Amino acid sequence: MLTRRIIPCLDVRDGQVVKGVKFQNLVNEGDPVELGARYSDEGADELVFLDISATLEARKNVVDLVTRVAREVFIPFTIGGGLRTVDDLEAVLMAGADKTAINTAALVRPELITEGAHQFGSQCIVLAVDVTRQGDGWQVYSHGGTKPTGREATSWIGEAVDRGAGEILLTSMDADGTQAGVDLEITRQVSELVSVPVIASGGIGRLEHFADALTAGKADAVLAASVFHRSIISIKDVKNYLAGQGIPVRPLGD
Amino acid sequence: MIGLVNYGMGNIGSLGNALDSLDAPFIYSANPDELGHCQRLILPGVGAFGPAIERIRQLGLDKFLQAWAADGKPLLGICLGMQLLLDTSYEHGAHKGLNLIPGEVRKITGAERDVHMGWNQVDPLGGDPLMPQPGYGYFVHSFHCVPASETAVIGLTDFGGSIAAAIRTDNVMGVQFHPEKSQAYGLALLERYAHGRI
Repeated sequence: MLTRRIIPCLDVRDGQVVKGVKFQNLVNEGDPVELGARYSDEGADELVFLDISATLEARKNVVDLVTRVAREVFIPFTIGGGLRTVDDLEAVLMAGADKTAINTAALVRPELITEGAHQFGSQCIVLAVDVTRQGDGWQVYSHGGTKPTGREATSWIGEAVDRGAGEILLTSMDADGTQAGVDLEITRQVSELVSVPVIASGGIGRLEHFADALTAGKADAVLAASVFHRSIISIKDVKNYLAGQGIPVRPLGD
Repeated sequence: MIGLVNYGMGNIGSLGNALDSLDAPFIYSANPDELGHCQRLILPGVGAFGPAIERIRQLGLDKFLQAWAADGKPLLGICLGMQLLLDTSYEHGAHKGLNLIPGEVRKITGAERDVHMGWNQVDPLGGDPLMPQPGYGYFVHSFHCVPASETAVIGLTDFGGSIAAAIRTDNVMGVQFHPEKSQAYGLALLERYAHGRI
């Protein structure tokens, strides 16, 4: 049976892993390749590296990061952050990334999804979506969660999947950094809407939150950052807990 | 020496990294003369069947691979590379494959998602020497191989029903998952292919 995936997320700024609360107050938490390899050894099913470097100069180093990660870890990994063109996608894919996460660039020019999926396959194109609750719905934000787009989450995600997005990385900004659990309502709505896998993100603080996202939220995978970086929860804890709840996970050591 | 058939479909650097970690010497090449000097070949592949087989034909690799297989030399297809070994695929229309293992490539139906993406258990069948003990492989595909003969299936997984995770007819074999991305389990399979008696 297909197992549910547990994915540590490493936000990388200027070559260092950082984590903030609600996209603010970033704190350094270590070397991305070292951390990535450690998570892989501990049983992470995939890794996501999001580059949030402010300058173009620092972004160029992402390709080096990808090359180093690809030599160290033998599980799939995704690169996101600042990828704007098909050439940007190609550069990180050719350096060894398995998937690319695109967010703002896809909102600005949705054809990027179509072109990327056509050239590299849908499995390489992860659409990252940052949403916040607004009235009865959820609005999509761009630019690292700073700009409202006026787009409704399910409409945008539906369009993106039609264009060839192979996976959805859904982050509830309201929940992000709160450690109060993912927003189950929008996670479930999106999971039921699309035929591609959905990765739930934002707000994971306790073991139960992983299970909730996968059962009530119907997500295929859960992404978390600070609980892992700060050793509040280990990947082993998560796998053991989920297995105990009857949720299929890849056992440790396989 | 292992030849990684580099026909331009997807990043094959990961496979190279995996073979490096196993100290297995390899070359990347799309040149039949160079590949012809190798002892074992790997046919990787990510993407759609149609463009892939088209590219293989343009490079003259279809005839080369068919002659290679007919000589009894080992060939391992990975993911799309496995599907290319069969005679027909129905991905976006009907396409002829390399016709090295009789069978068809069909869309996955009956599962909750259209794409089989993630880690799934692989159970070896028939004690084939390519296959390690049961373990977890990383899959990404929405079409699957249905060999004409059930005996060609040497590994099974379950996604909305049993599907072939590994197939083999004599010296021609294929795995649907990505061993280069399947951590210890995948590396164990590549180790068998690279260094073992297969």
